Amino acid sequence: MWAFIHKLGSPKWFYAISARLQPWFWALAILLLLVGSVWGLVFAPSDYQQGNSFRIIYVHVPAAILAQSCFVTMAVAGVIFLVWKIKIADMAAAVIAPFGAAMTFVALFSGAVWGMPTWGTWWVWDARLTSMLIQLFLYLGVIALRGAFASRDSGSRAASVLALVGVVNIPIIKYSVDWWNTLHQPATFTLTERPAMPVEMWLPLLVMVLGFYCFFIALTLTRTRNEILRRESAKRWVRELVAGTARRG
Amino acid sequence: MNPKRKQRLMIVLGLAALAAIAVGLTLYSLSSNINLFFSPEQIAKGEAPLERQIRAGGMVKEGSVQRDSESLDVTFVVTDYENDLKVRYSGILPDLFREGQGVVVVGKLEEERLMRAGQVLAKHDENYMPPEVAEVMQGKMPTDTLE
Repeated sequence: MWAFIHKLGSPKWFYAISARLQPWFWALAILLLLVGSVWGLVFAPSDYQQGNSFRIIYVHVPAAILAQSCFVTMAVAGVIFLVWKIKIADMAAAVIAPFGAAMTFVALFSGAVWGMPTWGTWWVWDARLTSMLIQLFLYLGVIALRGAFASRDSGSRAASVLALVGVVNIPIIKYSVDWWNTLHQPATFTLTERPAMPVEMWLPLLVMVLGFYCFFIALTLTRTRNEILRRESAKRWVRELVAGTARRG
Repeated sequence: MNPKRKQRLMIVLGLAALAAIAVGLTLYSLSSNINLFFSPEQIAKGEAPLERQIRAGGMVKEGSVQRDSESLDVTFVVTDYENDLKVRYSGILPDLFREGQGVVVVGKLEEERLMRAGQVLAKHDENYMPPEVAEVMQGKMPTDTLE
């Protein structure tokens, strides 16, 4: 197990292993997203109060979950980079940040579109919405900070520290609806209780959430591979690989 | 773990802990300001300022909605089932506004228990169900558990 993790830390090994993994995750992501979208948008029943506008949940909730998972993943990768100086962790953190920012934006945007017919407003400064907006700014800050240094190593370290500190916001987002009174309703899904919606509604949502996760993993693998090639372009194995591909092609 | 890595891990964890404490204290000191709205109970206790833009939230009391037939004026009572707050509003109500439903009202308190609203937002709860299920449940249960 430890040997495997150590090998994974080497860019060359990661490049080889991810080559075998990524087609599976891409296939799974496409399949799950396709099934989930059609099931959620066409076959799932509408809500007794909101009618069809409730179907925004099938995009809104997975995006919001992913936005937070990405941030935690990015922060963990940041700690691994700061403490153990494993380059691959920093490469992963670098490619996750834009994706997480995009997911946060999707969650905010779909929430606004949903809020208009349901609440009667696009936006209120309640704790849930505001903390999510702060998370978007944290993502943008991490991306900007990484690019703001002349040396890549300083940029990576600064971005890792900001990601780590920004994790404080995650429990605030999660519990904002319980700690304060907000316009946003409390969570429909918790690990400890039965979901507050029937099975024919939450099953497609589960498929969508899994699909989003697979998409996230697949995209991160692919983009980390590109990042490896970019950063290690002076290494012998990369030059041989590129030369080999060129000769074959 | 070699000492250097251990030291770095400690610094990193210390940094995270400090940040958490700083944010935690800030939120704790701000906690009353972060609440989006005053509850009817808080207003009854006189915690909400008069003649200033505030938000109040609660349930629309069953049978309290009165619409003016000539205009868009509407009055209703926002309640937490113990304290009541009367609200006057003129305008279009959101689709989800109905009796027994949660609302957040933006406006000014004119007197202790009367609010002049400029905006009414509907609050949705975390329960979703298909219309058929809702109908069945409506028959079996008192309405307040449904909302």
